[in-house]
Amino acid sequence: MLDWIRPRALNQLGMLSMNKRNIDYIARYNDRRAYPLVDNKLQTKLVVDEYEVASPELLQVVSEQHEIGHFRERVAALDGFAIKPAKGSGGKGILVITGREGDDFVKPSGARVSLADIERHLSNILAGLYSLGGSPDVAVIEALVRCDPRLARYSHEGVPDIRIVVFKGYPVMAMLRLATHASDGKANLHQGAVGVGLNLANGQALNAVQFDRPIEQHPDNGLNLADIRIDNWHYLLNMSSRCYEATGLGYMGVDLVVDETRGPLLLELNARPGLAIQIANGQGLLPRLKAIEGLKRPHLTPEERVHWAMTQAGADHISAPQRSLPELEPAFQA
Amino acid sequence: MIRHSKTPFYLATLLLIAAGLALAVLRHLQMGVPWLPGEQQPVWLVEARIDFQAWGEPVSVNLNIPDQPPGFYTLTEQAASPGYGFAITDHQGDRRAEWNIREAIGPQTLYFKTRLVPDEYAREPMPTDTSVKPYEVFMEEPAATAARGLLQQAEARSSDAASLTRELIALLNSATPDQNTRLLLSDGTLAPTLYKLLNFAGIPARLADGLQLEDARRQQTLQPWLQIHDGQRWLTFNPRTGVQGVPEDVLLWRQAEGSLLDVTGGTASTVRFSMLRQTVPALQIVRAEANERAFGSLSLYQLPVEQQGMFRMLLLLPFGALVVCVMRILVGIKTSGTFMPVLIAVAFVQTSLLPGLAAFLSVVTLGLLMRGYLSSLNLLLVSRISALIILVLFITAGISIIGYQMGFSTGMTVTFFPMVILAWTIERMSILWEEEGAHEVLIQGAGSLIVATLAYLVMRAPLAEHISFNFPELHLVVLGLILLLGQYTGYKLTELRRFAPMKRYQ
Repeated sequence: MLDWIRPRALNQLGMLSMNKRNIDYIARYNDRRAYPLVDNKLQTKLVVDEYEVASPELLQVVSEQHEIGHFRERVAALDGFAIKPAKGSGGKGILVITGREGDDFVKPSGARVSLADIERHLSNILAGLYSLGGSPDVAVIEALVRCDPRLARYSHEGVPDIRIVVFKGYPVMAMLRLATHASDGKANLHQGAVGVGLNLANGQALNAVQFDRPIEQHPDNGLNLADIRIDNWHYLLNMSSRCYEATGLGYMGVDLVVDETRGPLLLELNARPGLAIQIANGQGLLPRLKAIEGLKRPHLTPEERVHWAMTQAGADHISAPQRSLPELEPAFQA
Repeated sequence: MIRHSKTPFYLATLLLIAAGLALAVLRHLQMGVPWLPGEQQPVWLVEARIDFQAWGEPVSVNLNIPDQPPGFYTLTEQAASPGYGFAITDHQGDRRAEWNIREAIGPQTLYFKTRLVPDEYAREPMPTDTSVKPYEVFMEEPAATAARGLLQQAEARSSDAASLTRELIALLNSATPDQNTRLLLSDGTLAPTLYKLLNFAGIPARLADGLQLEDARRQQTLQPWLQIHDGQRWLTFNPRTGVQGVPEDVLLWRQAEGSLLDVTGGTASTVRFSMLRQTVPALQIVRAEANERAFGSLSLYQLPVEQQGMFRMLLLLPFGALVVCVMRILVGIKTSGTFMPVLIAVAFVQTSLLPGLAAFLSVVTLGLLMRGYLSSLNLLLVSRISALIILVLFITAGISIIGYQMGFSTGMTVTFFPMVILAWTIERMSILWEEEGAHEVLIQGAGSLIVATLAYLVMRAPLAEHISFNFPELHLVVLGLILLLGQYTGYKLTELRRFAPMKRYQ
């Protein structure tokens, strides 16, 4: 029953371990001063904005307990929104509302929550229940991301997001995370979301896992996962690479979503990206990280770095990055 | 971004570990602190019994008692003497036990008991601070001529005071004594003759009284030993064999000029010795010595007993921290709260394991149930935790009272758990339950309890308790190990399982 792998085999695969990630990459390449930037979603938003990295529209910030009372009036006009703790980590404390039913609000799963529930949630966020170390926090209310339907159909009840690990500004590995019934609409791999490894060269699906086991079809809708190919791939990689200039973090995870009207948006940055991406890709991170560490002359612009990364991944023909918005698509196809 | 060389770090860590080990070894050698708990060390219990007939007048008795005898360390001294006032006096190297009584009549018995620990470090004779002059000895003719003859003979075959003494002893003990020897020995016994001869030759010499130590002997008397001063220290010789030094089983009871026993107000006094070989825990000796030796000032036994008890507990924490480091860095067990398991383990040390586990689980379970109700009250986080602390207090009080009524005194030990930590644990578990499901709560809860139990077992080990308290410097080694663990970049044990699906990509 118990299945083990020998350390030597892991070494040969170049699997990055938790300890090595913490000591040799996070501690070495991530300046502690940059942490508040990524640990606070509000600040992240403001900083990446200057580097032309779009993020979901900021609707409102609740920073004081008494402001919760005004929340009711402000959300009256809104159908869908997402409440996030600014300093939350790992998707904790994120409440997504997709619609309304009478006085109640509807979650993506169809469950209903009352206004009182939302107010308590806001109060918890302010008290620091979801923040690192329990420090007081603010609640960020963002416009709802409506996922590009070509991608949304692969996900069950939740928005699929794309995680790209960026090392010294070079995209090194990417995966698509699809919510499932088991993960309760969340794109968290250890809760049962599906992870689909993506080829850096073209955004084509490589390999898919759920609960660390390989799968071929989505467990809920039976769609063939190998068919997935992300559009605007070059543009997405460029976006992730620009986040390096914005934050200065040497080793980070960039979480992106594709909105049906606004195109690719930055969801959040993570200074301690997880290791499951290696399983989803069926490849270890170490050879790619070492290749970048061994570069004698690092590339200076995001475009050059992405070009290098795509070439390393085997892309033979790299066109100029284009941001094709869905409604413009017919024009592009023509 | 900056890559520091790791060599200074490893050097410093190794230095730390080496320093800790070296200090511990030094302490072991210098003070005899045993490596293992419960180690026994022999102790000689020597009892001097003084008998005399009192005349019915004020009685004053004083007995010379051992003063830093070579090869021994004095652990305790006590006198048993009903009705007598007792004191120990020290006049210029003459240590005496003094008994006094206003009036006594008839046969009297006084006891003086001392416990002595064989001590390798006290074997070397101590240098005396002042130079010693030979005692003046007058010898009449023809003894003086015989003495000069004998001394000439011995001096011809020796180079210094010690070798002269050895030669003299050999001559006097000769199986075929010449006429000088016979003449000198005719009016005295061996030891006093040697004493006279040496002082006559200008070498400071004195007689000491030695006691042959044999287990369970009674009615023993003292035997004379010869001591000469070589200008720096007193050297001891066996006048019967000429061997220099004090054998391990001989206690020099009296090493001073002056009588062994003085009795005023009585007559027919005798002193007899009996002895017993005991064993006592080596630690007891360390404790007694701690106050007196230079190196002992580093010992925790110097602290008041109350503080000692506290340090006993505190000094175990590094071991708990080490266990947490190993379990998280090498094994990769998830715990709720980094050091919560150590605090739980500390509580287990007070409660013992099974009652502690039962108490912990019942408090957390009840707390989770009540937290469910609290969460529906829509409270602010701070007041929710505060309310939880009070509820935890009620739960512990309830468990204690019910346990006591049912006759389980173990129920009361629940008070050893840190309330605030319990409240936070419940809060965290509750959030975890809502967000990640019961599965994650079980994983982290079980992980915490496993680590806490392991930490408890390590901290509870008699060896750990002994080492941590008696060799506090070994915590430098623990510190070094923890620093080294902080540099471990290999795979955790749990990762070998987590990454097992990677097998098919090989």
